[in-house]
Amino acid sequence: MARVVVDVMPKPEILDPQGQAVANALPRLGFAGIGSVRQGKHFELEVDDSVDDATLAKIAETFLANPVVEDWVVRRVES
Amino acid sequence: MTARIGVITFPGTLDDTDAARAVDRSGAQSVALWHADADLKGVDAVVVPGGFSYGDYLRAGAIARFAPVMSEVITAAKQGMPVLGICNGFQILCEAGLLPGVLIRNKGLHFVCRDQWLRVDNSTSAWTSRFDQGAEILIPLKSGEGCYVADQHVLDELEGEGRVAFRYVGGNPNGALNDIAGITSANGRVVGLMPHPEHAIDALTGPSDDGLGLFLSALDTLVAA
Repeated sequence: MARVVVDVMPKPEILDPQGQAVANALPRLGFAGIGSVRQGKHFELEVDDSVDDATLAKIAETFLANPVVEDWVVRRVES
Repeated sequence: MTARIGVITFPGTLDDTDAARAVDRSGAQSVALWHADADLKGVDAVVVPGGFSYGDYLRAGAIARFAPVMSEVITAAKQGMPVLGICNGFQILCEAGLLPGVLIRNKGLHFVCRDQWLRVDNSTSAWTSRFDQGAEILIPLKSGEGCYVADQHVLDELEGEGRVAFRYVGGNPNGALNDIAGITSANGRVVGLMPHPEHAIDALTGPSDDGLGLFLSALDTLVAA
């Protein structure tokens, strides 16, 4: 078994109102110096060794992310 | 013969009852379709109604698009069957690739629930032919993820081909690009919109009966076929 991490983030040009709301809250809470925040999703998958990188990419591209508005990165973190 | 229009129910669908009522009010016959059945029961058109299918898990519409009934809808739509997606239904049709673009979180994050003026910018599709081009209609909008987004080339294509079916007027409620409230497929058979025409079919229960026009349009399309 391998652990695979998929990170999904809104594309840079796509409005991210949730990230903006977090960024706007930080100074109010007394945290200075945070320029901007982008909010995305983090998936952790337990994956059989038989699952190849192409399959993982297909899972990310066609299901975990919507490539119209999101970028994704697949990483194998341990095996 | 009475036109039969299917209304799909997913786990988390809210507006199937009103959608069926709107279909029946238009003079067609509503047919209940179930998400887990790969069976359209021989209907002539399909409405994918609003709500929170599968709890909006992952992304709104992302799970529902893989439901067995949706495989049948996708196949039938590609053969020209009229399909209307309302709110969550619009999100599902975008995720399914039947309509381009995607709906994201409203600009400003607030869930918007109000009666909304729209302008009909396409009066030739299967679901809009009863309207006059440029007509303004009032129907309820209730959504948290209604901000329409697409690549610039997709927007250019939609605008160039007259495929923006409905546009917000009197202020953009959610940040949708080009004030887009609803669009049609290239062949004009599939339409999706965020506001809820099924809630505006009778002045007794809605702000107008403007929404009935979409269902009457479909009936015209099916009767003419």
